[in-house]
Amino acid sequence: MTTNLNLWVIPILPLAGAAINGFLGKKSSRSAVTTVGLVFSGAAFAWALLVALRFSSLDLPYQEYVAHWIRSGSFSADFALYLDQLSLVMLLVVTGVGFLIHIYSVGYMWDDPSYYRFFAYLNLFMFFMLTLVLANNYLLMFIGWEGVGLASYLLIGFWFTKDSAASAGKKAFIVNRIGDFGFLIALFLIIQHFGSLNFSQVFAQVQPMAPENASAGLLTAIGILLMVGACGKSAQIPLYVWLPDAMEGPTPVSALIHAATMVTAGVYMVSRSHVIFERAPTALTVVAVIGTLTAFFAATIGIAQTDIKKVLAYSTVSQLGYMFMACGVGAFSAGIFHLMTHAFFKGLLFLAAGSVIHAVGGEQDMRKMGGLRTKIPWTFWTMTAATLAISGIPGLAGFFSKDEILWRAYQASWIYWFVGVVTAFITSFYMFRLWFLTFFGEYRGAADTGPGHGSPSAHDSSHDAHSGHASGIHESPRVMLVPLVILAVLSVVGGYVGVPGSLGGNNHFDHFLGPVFRSTLPSNSENTQMGEKGASERTTEGTEPKTEASTELMFTGISVLAAALGFGLAWWLYYRNPGLPAKIATSLGGAYQAVLHKYYVDEFYAKIFVKPLVQGSTTILWEGIDRKVIDDTVNNAADDARHVSDEVRHMQSGNLRSYAGWIAAGSAVVIAYMIWMGVR
Amino acid sequence: MVPLSYYLVLSGFLFACGVAGFLIKRNIITIFMSIELMLNGVNLSFVAFAAHWHVLAGQVFVFFVMVVAAAEAAVGLAIIISVYRTRETLNVDRVNLLKL
Repeated sequence: MTTNLNLWVIPILPLAGAAINGFLGKKSSRSAVTTVGLVFSGAAFAWALLVALRFSSLDLPYQEYVAHWIRSGSFSADFALYLDQLSLVMLLVVTGVGFLIHIYSVGYMWDDPSYYRFFAYLNLFMFFMLTLVLANNYLLMFIGWEGVGLASYLLIGFWFTKDSAASAGKKAFIVNRIGDFGFLIALFLIIQHFGSLNFSQVFAQVQPMAPENASAGLLTAIGILLMVGACGKSAQIPLYVWLPDAMEGPTPVSALIHAATMVTAGVYMVSRSHVIFERAPTALTVVAVIGTLTAFFAATIGIAQTDIKKVLAYSTVSQLGYMFMACGVGAFSAGIFHLMTHAFFKGLLFLAAGSVIHAVGGEQDMRKMGGLRTKIPWTFWTMTAATLAISGIPGLAGFFSKDEILWRAYQASWIYWFVGVVTAFITSFYMFRLWFLTFFGEYRGAADTGPGHGSPSAHDSSHDAHSGHASGIHESPRVMLVPLVILAVLSVVGGYVGVPGSLGGNNHFDHFLGPVFRSTLPSNSENTQMGEKGASERTTEGTEPKTEASTELMFTGISVLAAALGFGLAWWLYYRNPGLPAKIATSLGGAYQAVLHKYYVDEFYAKIFVKPLVQGSTTILWEGIDRKVIDDTVNNAADDARHVSDEVRHMQSGNLRSYAGWIAAGSAVVIAYMIWMGVR
Repeated sequence: MVPLSYYLVLSGFLFACGVAGFLIKRNIITIFMSIELMLNGVNLSFVAFAAHWHVLAGQVFVFFVMVVAAAEAAVGLAIIISVYRTRETLNVDRVNLLKL
């Protein structure tokens, strides 16, 4: 550790911004709030870039001790930071995309009365997220983990006067809490068995351990519990239900927290713990199966949603599923690669969707849009780039990362690959459905000159507080378009850092992350296929045999075909025959209804978990224990005391001679007793 | 020589008279005198025991009691006079401003 990077500055900067805006923002002007919000998040990004420039000269992993925190016996957890290739990627994604979204928010939130509060929360989120990715031990990571949950809660419920937003915030918080419970128990297990939460110390102790192939043991338990935590934070089955509801928050929040950064914390955490997961094949299988299922399941829900943000929300859940699929088959770097490209194009999709919503005056229902292509060309073109990227059209970011995942998944099991390709097809279909519905055909909204306020739509302008935009469909201000364009460029070129060998590249990204994810299993062990295979391929990617490359090329072709099919179907249904989808929907009947209502999962959860819990709490805990036992004990004790006092207070007459009489009588009794005892 | 029990019976009688007067009488001065009677009843038993056991401590105690009683009489009588001046009565039942 020869160089000192002062890494601690990076998280502290947004915290300072949050404190200044939070405490002083109410009285300051909008431009002052803007300056503080942008300068502090921008400075964090600049610092992160500086760190990246000096990165090659560091001894990795670089660790930085900041302050003493908990020391108890041999256990210690300090405020200390950890930087390696993985955290550097996360650091740049979080600060970079975060900064762009800060800029965008200036335009998007300008008219909101709580402008300062928004920036305070956004900066606070940045602080916690950076703590999460830079922590050198699980406990500090957990602080960041919980902190981003808090920031997410605050931002989902940003318009807390609206009932749906307030309850969406609560839902997100409570569902996350279930996941955090698993994470916490995993931490307890780690402390109990390894006596430390420090990444290097824990992993050093795990490394000599043999993989738990035959029987599930400690590492499997830790792995599965960590995955439970990741399920909550990263919205995987069965805890994904909070993310679609989280769309109640302002759109920049959906972009930053619920697409680009926070929800990927679970992927980061699983990748960070890869040493544990590699030794727990069962846990890895769980990760892969959950990821695959989620990817497919959420994608199918996305088909039928009509709210533009809900489609993107389910798409996010689905893409996160891909990342977990990648982690589950041991291709951690592919997962992180997809995480990065996803941050670009999904952040862009949300921001563009926000721009669309902004343009049509707060409307979020795609059925009331259409024909916006010419009216908001910048938004249209940037959104097109993102749509092509997420659909896996060759040449754009999403193509490379998704292809990498599918190829690795195929090496583990063809089932993962098959579901993945089907999901890619569905993804392409619903994204182009969104694209056609929004930008093509004819405008279907109310009165073409004054959308939003005059419209009878139930959403009205309350959805995204845009009062004062009654002047028809209009392009967003430049401050919102610049981030769109930058992200669009990144969505187009972001994939070229990881072009796989079969396509003539040499996968720089994979090599870059290689040292972090290099398999730590002993190579002579017979049960190391997954991790070891990944590792060996990683190093031989550029020079792999011709047959391998051509197979990979074939699979690439298949996934491109799937994407093209999705595009074709969307084009046929929503451009050529706009009336057809409705007919198909009616002919499908029950199946369509099930998808439209998200397979009734929310209703199912409400019936199975929420209602019994609420009723049990009401009848047993509240009325039974709290009111009948606790309250009644206290009340009865007080009542009894009062009754007794009522009787006894007559003794306190205030008449001095009656007291004297009592004393005399008392002493007479004592004397009589003593005499009687003496006589006996 | 007079036996100890005679003194004790007389002492007990005096004390009982004092208690009875304290409880029954309403005039402050009478009550005050009853208190003195009780004190002297106790004093009598002190000196009786002192003489019986040949221990001087009892007699020393009596002197203490007499000193305290004198001081008490001085303060008490002053209070009685001031009560009489303000309330124009010596009936304790009518000196009840502090009662609820």
